[in-house]
Amino acid sequence: MIPFSFIQSAKMSLIVIKPGILDTVQDAGRYGYQHLGINPGGAMDRFSSQVVNFLVGNNPHEAVIEMHFPAAAFLFQQDAIIAVGGADFLPSIDGDPIPLWHPVIINRNSVLQFNGIKKGAQCYLAVKGGLDIPKWLNSFSTHTKAAMGGFNGRALQKNDTLPFKPHDCYVKFLSGKDFVILPWQADINWNHVTSEKIGVLPGHEWTWINELLQKDFLNNPSTVTFSSDRMGYRLSGVPVYADNKTELISSAVSFGTIQLLPDGQLIVLMADHQTAGGYPRLAHVISAHLPQLAQVRPGEKIQFQLTDIAAAEQLFYQQKHHLLQLQNACKFRLEEFLNA
Amino acid sequence: MPEHPAYTIFPLGDSALTIDFGNSIDEAINRKVLALFHSLKENPFADIIEAVPAYSSLTVYYDLLLAGKNKPKHKTTYDVMSERMEKRLLEPLAENKLPSQLLKIPVCYDKEFALDMDELAAAKKITPEEIIQIHTSKVYNVYMLGFLPGFSYMGKVAEEISIKRKINPRQRVEAGCVGIAGYQTGIYPLASPGGWQIIGRTPVKLFDPTNKDLILLKPGDTVQFYSISKDEFNSY
Repeated sequence: MIPFSFIQSAKMSLIVIKPGILDTVQDAGRYGYQHLGINPGGAMDRFSSQVVNFLVGNNPHEAVIEMHFPAAAFLFQQDAIIAVGGADFLPSIDGDPIPLWHPVIINRNSVLQFNGIKKGAQCYLAVKGGLDIPKWLNSFSTHTKAAMGGFNGRALQKNDTLPFKPHDCYVKFLSGKDFVILPWQADINWNHVTSEKIGVLPGHEWTWINELLQKDFLNNPSTVTFSSDRMGYRLSGVPVYADNKTELISSAVSFGTIQLLPDGQLIVLMADHQTAGGYPRLAHVISAHLPQLAQVRPGEKIQFQLTDIAAAEQLFYQQKHHLLQLQNACKFRLEEFLNA
Repeated sequence: MPEHPAYTIFPLGDSALTIDFGNSIDEAINRKVLALFHSLKENPFADIIEAVPAYSSLTVYYDLLLAGKNKPKHKTTYDVMSERMEKRLLEPLAENKLPSQLLKIPVCYDKEFALDMDELAAAKKITPEEIIQIHTSKVYNVYMLGFLPGFSYMGKVAEEISIKRKINPRQRVEAGCVGIAGYQTGIYPLASPGGWQIIGRTPVKLFDPTNKDLILLKPGDTVQFYSISKDEFNSY
């Protein structure tokens, strides 16, 4: 006889009823293996991926689904608490719009889908308890090149069934409705002086280009081209050539490193970047602004702004502080609601 | 006191720093890098996420939050971290006690696999047999890994068979392909686009994600290639 609990947990999943262009399972990245050539990967916008986790009471390292537009449609086989955040792809449940940055209780047999692209590039879905999938090298992130990690090492496809960890039943909160939006919203405005500019630090080869080109880079907006992906954002602009022609041997690079390619174009290394590179490191996007950059879509423009390490660190601490407060507040509100 | 080559420390963004021993492919420098890498592995700092060795540099990624916890107000976390690295560099490094293994790797240099053999032979005015003889006669150092999981940058390749990367990289290079780029030689662990000049293929798995020891070659290992026939390749 199959135990009752098994039947319950077997149904605890969401099914991809329509695949998106690139939906992958991600977390905060796979660290500790770069010396073996295994890049960290992870969510492109780690601010948003953390916040959706917080909203459902998860820890920040839990697996989330990262979506680009067009995004997948999911059928929930079991009621669950979910949160959607990051890019606004006009999410709806069974046809009714739901807001970003709210915890939402979704009923079994309901469909979550995304209806259009309003703003941003990466949208995140978290489920309370997290996805019940194995880790590879301590991470849930999908390594598509190695075909490992995430869900079967690949982007989600039609009829994929992603189990989530067993949790309490939330039917009593639904009173027969398809979904209930919980009435609190995460405050994502961590920096009260909102600036659209992307902060950069000078790279080790910054002075390889002359002052005129430096000024151009900082004063003129760059367009993110359509050949951009999770590995890197290629920028289009007037070719930039270094005065120094020294050939660099390979060394480690980082998420946010802006490389100067031999053809005079620039690329910002993103989440799936390779571990090493040998191109001049013109600049580095500061950590606190990587989430903002990750939400820029191909065709859109970005404006860089030179800053220094002290300021970059300060912004990072400010952002972290905000995230910690959010985590505590989300946890408190959800527990209060569920125990009422 | 052990002597260290001159080095510079510079930030790689706001949460990593690179200790650079000079822009060169040099065995002695690489051993310093690897010794420092192992020193940080054996006596780790809690706030270091990971260290990544390259030819002549070590990059240290740190947890900005943890690393900045008790820092003095007038200093940046980067200052604190770079001072700590400088201190570590004053300690003696066990360059002679690095973990290392010599691996003999079979390579089939048959025409079917040696896609760029003719081009290399023509460019260097040398026969394929001589290329194989030269390529297999040397013990190579694994300087670093990068590009793909398990892709090892080995060297140095003899001048007689050294050749620049292809001008037009291939859309797909199969797993196991053995190539040359400049004075480097390497093996593609996975099928991937790539620009190295391909002179053979190994049946050995360089990257096996299901294996506990998933990467065959590690920085600091040494490698010697030996030639096998197509039959031996197929029955490997």
